[in-house]
Amino acid sequence: MKLLPFTDHVATENTSVLVLANDADPLQAALEGVTRIDLHFPKFTDGRAFSQAFLLRRRREFSGEIRATGDVLVDQLAQMERSGFDVAVLRADQDMTTAQRVLASYPGYGVGKYQGDAVDVQPHFKEAKEGATA
Amino acid sequence: MYQYTEFDRQFVKARADQYRDQLTRWQAGQLPEDEFRPLRLQNGWYVQRYAPMLRVAVPYGELSSAQVRVLAKIAREYDQPNAALFNEAQATQDKLGPVNLKNGLSVASKLTAGYAHFTTRQNIQYNWIPLDKSADVMDLLASVNMHGIQTSGNCIRNITSDERAGIAVDEIADPRPFGEILRQWSTLHPEFAFLPRKFKIAISGAKEDRAATAWHDVGLHLIRNAEGELGFKVLVGGGMGRTPIIGTVIREFLPWHQIMNYIEAIVRVYNRYGRRDNMYKARIKILVKAEGQKYIDDVEAEYKQIMEHDGGPHTITQAELDRVTASFVPPTLKCDRKSADAKIANILRAAAEDDIEFGRWLKQNVAPHQNPDLRAVTLSFKRLGQAPGDATADQLDVAADLADRFSAGEVRVTHDQNLLLPWVRCDELPELWRAARKSGFARPNIRLLTDMIACPGGDFCSLANARSIPIAEAITERYQDMDELHDLGEIDLHISGCINSCGHHHSGHIGILGVDKDGLEWYQVSLGGSDGSTLSGTPVPGKVVGPSFSAAEVPEVIEAVLDTYRRQREAGETFISTLRRIGMDPFKEAAKGARFAATAVAA
Repeated sequence: MKLLPFTDHVATENTSVLVLANDADPLQAALEGVTRIDLHFPKFTDGRAFSQAFLLRRRREFSGEIRATGDVLVDQLAQMERSGFDVAVLRADQDMTTAQRVLASYPGYGVGKYQGDAVDVQPHFKEAKEGATA
Repeated sequence: MYQYTEFDRQFVKARADQYRDQLTRWQAGQLPEDEFRPLRLQNGWYVQRYAPMLRVAVPYGELSSAQVRVLAKIAREYDQPNAALFNEAQATQDKLGPVNLKNGLSVASKLTAGYAHFTTRQNIQYNWIPLDKSADVMDLLASVNMHGIQTSGNCIRNITSDERAGIAVDEIADPRPFGEILRQWSTLHPEFAFLPRKFKIAISGAKEDRAATAWHDVGLHLIRNAEGELGFKVLVGGGMGRTPIIGTVIREFLPWHQIMNYIEAIVRVYNRYGRRDNMYKARIKILVKAEGQKYIDDVEAEYKQIMEHDGGPHTITQAELDRVTASFVPPTLKCDRKSADAKIANILRAAAEDDIEFGRWLKQNVAPHQNPDLRAVTLSFKRLGQAPGDATADQLDVAADLADRFSAGEVRVTHDQNLLLPWVRCDELPELWRAARKSGFARPNIRLLTDMIACPGGDFCSLANARSIPIAEAITERYQDMDELHDLGEIDLHISGCINSCGHHHSGHIGILGVDKDGLEWYQVSLGGSDGSTLSGTPVPGKVVGPSFSAAEVPEVIEAVLDTYRRQREAGETFISTLRRIGMDPFKEAAKGARFAATAVAA
């Protein structure tokens, strides 16, 4: 996942960037010609954008960039990545070094994940079985 | 019990490391309190009235004796406030005053430390562990495959089940393998870490619902359809709190291997549309009630997409069910004497006739088992001088020893805040009874009035409006006569210190709810609630009896209500049956009559 300092994020009027509100339905959004979708966390504890990202990535099969904006904190980055975000704009006060370290040390990356997600659909038990027969 | 794989062990250890890093950043001032709070909550760490509270996950209530010993060690070594904090807490509680009893005695708050508390959701709580020790405790828990993952926060909580799962005589299928598979699926689910509100799932695999499934966000019943295939009846949108609602059946039959795909649809629709503007309207029950059929249609549409478009990624394979089920094979026990053996029947009968206490214990604390030579035995943690469901470090150690001696090293935390030994040989019942009696665990009061449910209330909880523990103690004090208690029969008495309903007052035959009026403790009494068990009948919230009562009036009201039952009952009729037959009014009148003259005016 690419982490952007707050100052590197440019909110654009470009029609190839779709800014989707937190309560918008990603299943209805027009995606033609869109290369980037900005989703918003008004508060880090508002988890709607996780489902939006999942639906865009898996259900709409959107292959462009899905960007996390708003109240983006270091401790939720792994959840964002697993839900389908590939770029996160850190809130202005977040430390980039800490963000990289915390993201890399997420239990699901060091050890493995129980459930399938937007990036890797297979749950652990299916992977484990394939591993055993390999 | 489920046997942790190396993966499971590493996962819990990595989670403990992650928590230590978050705690360190919080201590260093790099992580503000508001941003640390949801992280610690999702590891089970609250901050309560006087100190942090830790909630440890006990998946579907199962514990090994080795785990119980570590829980005892945590109670002994870590559940210890410093003297200044403890004294200040006690002094503050003293100001609330005692509950005065009719007999001239009174019950005051008497805080203690060094113990664990069993919750209605089969978890374990500690009240005094300093936050700077929290990461050490997580490491200790991880050493025996335990943790506090998702025991709090707005996420999918620890999954509860029937205390007799895998041993109940009325069982259709063992719910534990499904509980474990669902536990793994919900653990650190990336999309569902910040739902509108908490999300609780309960699974029952038996004919009788002993897991209060209708009162959960999702309730699951293992059933067989006409073709004999195994599946789930799925309920959604049950819950207590200030709007008690019984769950709605959303699926009469769902094939077992689709359960996670289906729950994913339920939770995703909730995550997208559940209310986030008002905490009291954020539970899924409000969404289900507001949307009705539309919510059900949305879930079905999402489920269809998960199956057809996403390819049903969470479909449980037979291999995975077999792998997990292999952990739950019954222990091999050699029973010298069989239940069918005339001799053992004679010994038990003679002992029961000789000793009325033993007879009552066999009746109340011992339940039948799928293996006719085994029994399930409940150790009672309901007695004078200790809050319902509290166990000291020493008591936990004794319980672990009893589990090793009599129950293949396993105990279960029950929804009613006791411990159950699931693998007791019929020929060892007298010996277990003696050992349990010696340790104070053999009170034959299981399912009787004094086997009440109570939350920690205003002695510990920062949400509480009133204290629960002194009320529980006052009622326990009043009903010490075992003859009287057994004559009253099986009654669910549930006490909550506030409307959040952790003490399940809505589902009690008699419910007591603490309310705050002008900064003083008052109590609402409700009657006729049901958790959905066979005894209690169709799940339903109780109805409130008039204005609230003072603390001192509560034991009088309970007595008046129970006396009414004794006068009105027909032969062999339980309290709840009498109430249903004759209606609320006679009980209401009796309760009103128990009001003290001075407060009748004030209230």
